[in-house]
Amino acid sequence: MNAISKTVFDVERIRAQFPILGETIRGKPFVFLDSAASAQKPRAVIDAMVHAMETQYANVHRGLHWMSERTTDAYESTRDAIARLMNAPSREEIVFGKNATEMFNLVAHSYGRALMKPGQAVVISAMEHHANLVPWQMLRDSHGIELRVAPISDTGELDMAGLEALLQDGRVGLVAITHMSNVLGTVNPAARIAALAHAHGALALFDGSQAMVHRQVDVQAIDADFYIWTGHKLYGPSGIGIMYAKRAILEAMPPFLGGGDMIGSVSFERSSWAEVPHKFEAGTPMILEAIGLKAAIEWVEAIGMDAIAAHEAAITEHAIARLSAIPGLRLLGAAQERGSVFSFTLEGAHAHDVATLLDRQGIAVRAGNHCAEPLMRRLGVDSSARASAGIYTTLDEIDTLADTLDRVRTFFG
Amino acid sequence: MFEETLDLYNAEVRRHARHPAHAALPPGATAEARGDNPMCGDRITVAIRAEAGRVAQAGFQARGCDIMVASADLMCEAVPGQDAAAIRTLANEVEALARTGACPECDGALATMKPLSAIHDYPSRLRCVTLPWTALLAALEEPHHV
Repeated sequence: MNAISKTVFDVERIRAQFPILGETIRGKPFVFLDSAASAQKPRAVIDAMVHAMETQYANVHRGLHWMSERTTDAYESTRDAIARLMNAPSREEIVFGKNATEMFNLVAHSYGRALMKPGQAVVISAMEHHANLVPWQMLRDSHGIELRVAPISDTGELDMAGLEALLQDGRVGLVAITHMSNVLGTVNPAARIAALAHAHGALALFDGSQAMVHRQVDVQAIDADFYIWTGHKLYGPSGIGIMYAKRAILEAMPPFLGGGDMIGSVSFERSSWAEVPHKFEAGTPMILEAIGLKAAIEWVEAIGMDAIAAHEAAITEHAIARLSAIPGLRLLGAAQERGSVFSFTLEGAHAHDVATLLDRQGIAVRAGNHCAEPLMRRLGVDSSARASAGIYTTLDEIDTLADTLDRVRTFFG
Repeated sequence: MFEETLDLYNAEVRRHARHPAHAALPPGATAEARGDNPMCGDRITVAIRAEAGRVAQAGFQARGCDIMVASADLMCEAVPGQDAAAIRTLANEVEALARTGACPECDGALATMKPLSAIHDYPSRLRCVTLPWTALLAALEEPHHV
């Protein structure tokens, strides 16, 4: 137990709710520092999903029977929980898909192809995850949309003047930028970005996959047109992605995937579409995942996003202090506004070798290009290791990481 | 610390990783090919010089982890004197060695790769061992390889 975390909340009490954190890895305590890839699940989420399967499960939206109606209620109530969490004006502006990546593809296909015109441009930034890059490249190649990349500074912050310059010609239809970098930890000024986009006639889309976990996100305060994130990083199950979009935009967009559940009526000649958001949710949805995600949201809300943010700020301060004191260790990114994601290189040791040695000590980090290959090139590194913290991370775990890295350095030295 | 990793990061592997003897493309190379592991950013170019239907010399240029570099260096020790068919067989045996750790008839060229046999206990690192071999097999597909 450490002093700083204790002042925010009792981390040990939080940890006790995550069964997996009691596991040992080859006889060593499990030090999980890979939450930015996917977070572990608290008992409340596990129980909610098991409970649904044991007592309350049928397909949704279509059964005229008690079990289907109850399951539909449980599934749909997740939309209410998400609308509340993001401060969305209405539940109908919350669309479900299988993950965040699918939601970017939904926007690229539906908004990009139907409502953007060849010759218009999409602006992303140099710090995007491939999920917010590749769909726009595909749109560029299939639909004649230009793809522009806003530069970042050497500290890993978005170059706002550079972004503004890209908007000057008025041809940009969409600005799609991460709210928080999965590599640098940089938190981008979403409200300023949205205002800038709107001032130049563009819509603003944010990748909130990391940011949703670390802070209170208010889509109305940001004035986001689209805000995309994923359930499995917010202590919910994998298999559910979330998109908030303004109702007028959703109504103007054609469907993405066709099939059951997204239609009004169907004949062999033609079909009509269901109302938003169901128009974008073809087929049997992720019923259990939605139920699990609602449990995760309620669990997170009970702790409080402010407390979570304060805990992670303490972790971040400690991690930066400890890691930057290791000779030969280079932290990637030094943004003023940042979350608890720490990518680094270690002189004389390849990231994969570092990750393997850490793994054999029970410490789980990620190594590679973190699905952000262009950013790696911008930073001038081939690959890096990344430690990332969650609600259950302790200062002791950061110390274990730093002490072990110091020995890794000696091992390869 | 790290005693448990010494099966893989043993002295032989570390020596080849840190002081590779074949980390240059051979002069007069008759074939070369590149291998990429997009998951980690590792990249290697393998080149061979053939004489009378057999590899006379092999070399590489790589950017990657210790395991990949050690595998490349050991590979370049293993393949001289071999023809294309023997190298293809050897590549399959190396992959089996990497997957299982088993080396039932571990002699000749295959014995050269034995320092990396512990990789079977590190399944996420398997590709680090096989990437140089994948590049070598690609070089053998070139028209004038051997």
